Amino acid sequence: MTNTVTPEALTFECETGNYHTFCPISCVSWLYQKIEDSFFLVIGTKTCGYFLQNAMGVMIFAEPRYAMAELEEGDISAKLNDYDELKRLCLQIKRDRNPSVIVWIGTCTTEIIKMDLEGLAPKLESEIGIPIVVARANGLDYAFTQGEDTVLAAMAARCPKQVLEAEKEERAGIQKLLSFGRKKEEVAAEESEYVEHPPLVLFGSLPDPVVTQLTLELKKQGIKVSGWLPAKRYTELPVIEEGYYVSGLNPFLSRTATTLMRRRKCKLIGAPFPIGPDGSRAWIEKICSVFGIEPKGLAEREKQIWDNLEDYIQLIRGKSVFFMGDNLLEISLARFLIRCGMTCSEIGIPYMDKRYQKAELEMLEKTCQEMGATLPKIIEKPDNYNQIQRIYELKPDLVITGMAHANPLEARGINTKWSVEFTFAQIHGFTNARDILELVTRPLRRNHALKDLGWDKLVKEEANV
Amino acid sequence: MKLAYWMYAGPAHIGTLRVASSFKNVHAIMHAPLGDDYFNVMRSMLERERNYTPVTTSVVDRNVLARGSQEKVVDNIIRKDNEEAPDLIVLTPTCTSSILQEDLENFVERAQIDAKGDVMLADVNHYRVNELQAADSTLQQIVKYYIEKAKKKGELPEGKTEKPSVNIIGVSTLGFHNQHDCTELKRLMADLGIEINEVIPESASVHNLKNLPRAWFNLTPYRELGIMTAKYLESEFGTPYIDITPMGVVETARCIRKIQQVVNAQGANVDYEEFIDNQTLHVSQAAWFSRSIDCQNLTGKKVVVFGDNTHAAALTKILAREMGVHVVWAGTYCKYDAEWFREQVSEYCDEVLITEDNGEIGDAIARVEPAAIFGTQMERHVGKRLNIPCGVIAAPIHIQNFPIGYKPFMGYEGTNQIADLVYNSFTLGMEDHLLEIFGGHDTKEVITKSISADSDLNWTKEAKAELNKVPGFVRGKVKRNTEKFARERGFEQISLEVMYAAKEAVGA
Repeated sequence: MTNTVTPEALTFECETGNYHTFCPISCVSWLYQKIEDSFFLVIGTKTCGYFLQNAMGVMIFAEPRYAMAELEEGDISAKLNDYDELKRLCLQIKRDRNPSVIVWIGTCTTEIIKMDLEGLAPKLESEIGIPIVVARANGLDYAFTQGEDTVLAAMAARCPKQVLEAEKEERAGIQKLLSFGRKKEEVAAEESEYVEHPPLVLFGSLPDPVVTQLTLELKKQGIKVSGWLPAKRYTELPVIEEGYYVSGLNPFLSRTATTLMRRRKCKLIGAPFPIGPDGSRAWIEKICSVFGIEPKGLAEREKQIWDNLEDYIQLIRGKSVFFMGDNLLEISLARFLIRCGMTCSEIGIPYMDKRYQKAELEMLEKTCQEMGATLPKIIEKPDNYNQIQRIYELKPDLVITGMAHANPLEARGINTKWSVEFTFAQIHGFTNARDILELVTRPLRRNHALKDLGWDKLVKEEANV
Repeated sequence: MKLAYWMYAGPAHIGTLRVASSFKNVHAIMHAPLGDDYFNVMRSMLERERNYTPVTTSVVDRNVLARGSQEKVVDNIIRKDNEEAPDLIVLTPTCTSSILQEDLENFVERAQIDAKGDVMLADVNHYRVNELQAADSTLQQIVKYYIEKAKKKGELPEGKTEKPSVNIIGVSTLGFHNQHDCTELKRLMADLGIEINEVIPESASVHNLKNLPRAWFNLTPYRELGIMTAKYLESEFGTPYIDITPMGVVETARCIRKIQQVVNAQGANVDYEEFIDNQTLHVSQAAWFSRSIDCQNLTGKKVVVFGDNTHAAALTKILAREMGVHVVWAGTYCKYDAEWFREQVSEYCDEVLITEDNGEIGDAIARVEPAAIFGTQMERHVGKRLNIPCGVIAAPIHIQNFPIGYKPFMGYEGTNQIADLVYNSFTLGMEDHLLEIFGGHDTKEVITKSISADSDLNWTKEAKAELNKVPGFVRGKVKRNTEKFARERGFEQISLEVMYAAKEAVGA
């Protein structure tokens, strides 16, 4: 194969990894809310607890279904028996909360002292009668949203293989209950709205309204979603059998994808992620093409959404954006913003799985070519200090960054948007494209409102720029 | 192992970082895994810092686990030394690094050879001390380091300042209302004719630490931070220290009288009695407040107090002694310093509670059913659940406890602020009860549920359920927009599909 060097190819670099991000145990905060009958036990130190307590702010007071198993000196020096200690705490949790599953979150400390959580879990599970799922979401190996990836990868192993006959009956019973009051023909008619295709399971934890939106979106194409990983309850984890098709909703789920392919023998539909109208359309088209379905009305639908975004796009068209990188959503967001007419010179990202994100990367490249934008540099494991020097040089119109740098950059007259908000906002599908731009344009709109005041820079002369 | 939902004092490294980043031009390097730099977020958000928090991480990852940090820590120290030329770099161990047992001391020594600034290892044990203890010992360690350095170089200034002067020790970043307290204390010292020699650690330069012995005395307003340093300076230079927190009218007077005694013993000739009298009667409103009929209504009301040693003890005394409020129990989470607390508050409350367990506190509040709570953010939330008003008096705190306006807790202006805080908590409580008795401000029955009349449109069950998931404050708007959309297009029933189509159409 002749390897012609095209200057239009994406470049990948790797820096020192000295960057700010959240610890992956933060996934507890959204997963315990998503999986309603779960209890998350983070086995770590005061440091982990302090982070969760402060990062989750108000949520902490709402009687959360999570707690720390705080390790003490006796645990570290193995004076205390791990198994007995965990048993004591898990029995207490069972007594107080009676969850359907306890998720153990392994941390840096359990890694270093080599606590065999995977080994202890099955034993304890049979003893106390509650499933125990182990996820090693630690800061030694992972960043922020990758925490969800480790939990879902562990959950993937717990998805039932086959619907047992009795259970089938039961599920049908629930179905009957749900279609209560409707005639049999109507239910049958509903079934016939779908095209014949192999079962499809989607993975990625999304708020319930977004789950509904995306399910309906596929329904319009006659595609039936057989299940979601994770479901609303642990007891409702979807059936996954060999040969099922799966598709990821978020760019940080590479371990989950790998587990579904290798362990559960599923076929992964590698598509761009449904973020922005362009991504949403590409995602649906890809699923359709795998199932041999001719997509209906997608082009019009996309156009209609774009038309609706025009007032926001006017604010950002021609402006530049810089991603410092901390949550792995960066490639998809950059692709969408470039389609909106922004330019982007640098995409920082904690970790880049070029295989799992292949379709997304190709779409980014294509988008840049179509929009006539220069291809961004993708910086894996960025170095925040170096990035800030580059930001001073480039003077981008918008920096998407963590909370550690947002206020200092604002004080130096640089517009910022906190990256964490993209993780907690509803950004998937056609319906939520506007919400992304609402976030992106907020600093620009705010600063536009203040622009005549004349106080852009609120720090004294920089010592060393 | 301990099952924990909440903690009052943070881990040790937070204390070290608070002290290090309070100094000017001091940089802390944490030996920690990715994500442990959450301190930077807190400082940037809570204090709304305009500058970058001078804390970076020498990241502990898999490679470090397998082979040790090797050159990494040393390289990171030297790199930071070049980039920002700090006066001092404090290498900060975390819970992770304390179990790795790497020889951090050795890294510091090696880095010191090439670094132009000073390098030091914070000497804290993660599993033995908490945030507050670590902060106290780190401050002492830094002060000792620079005193000894100056001694060795023969740069230690001789003698005391000409006029009476003071070092204020213990003001730090992320401390509860510390900035305002500091301003108020400086003002108080100016009124007393006492010069400020140094304030540490907040905004201090390490180069000035050698001047500490020139002060006539040291003032440590906070029980948790600064006492170790004050004791060190006393043993080294015989500088007396005053650890009476000037919070509340009585304690402020006691603190001033102690200052008078200390400076007069060194040859000054001051009499502050008239000043105290004037401030108490005319500047502070608190003394008058306690005499007014408002405060009369508070007599015998039951309250509980919980917080750190400094604030919980001071508030207990103010409530009981200055306002005639009945403190049923007073508590602290500073278990390591419990004896001090007991001694301070025993005569002002029925019961003393020493615990770090928020569940126990919550139960104790529910048991007593006080008219008001004075505690941390945690107690505020307990109060919310039990419908009891709460004034926040100590860390852990949220962003609303870093007010932009001037709100000291110390000195004479502090007494005014505290009086407001206490009084407002109670009136709110009283108003609540009145509302309950009379069933609301306006007893006229509400006739319609929303401003627009009930609609003729039919919502499907799913759509209705979805609508209910929309946050309350925008639900009405979403409902109206959706119905408008449906009417315009002639839909008779609003299904989920119609709902989302409407959202896309109007962008609501």
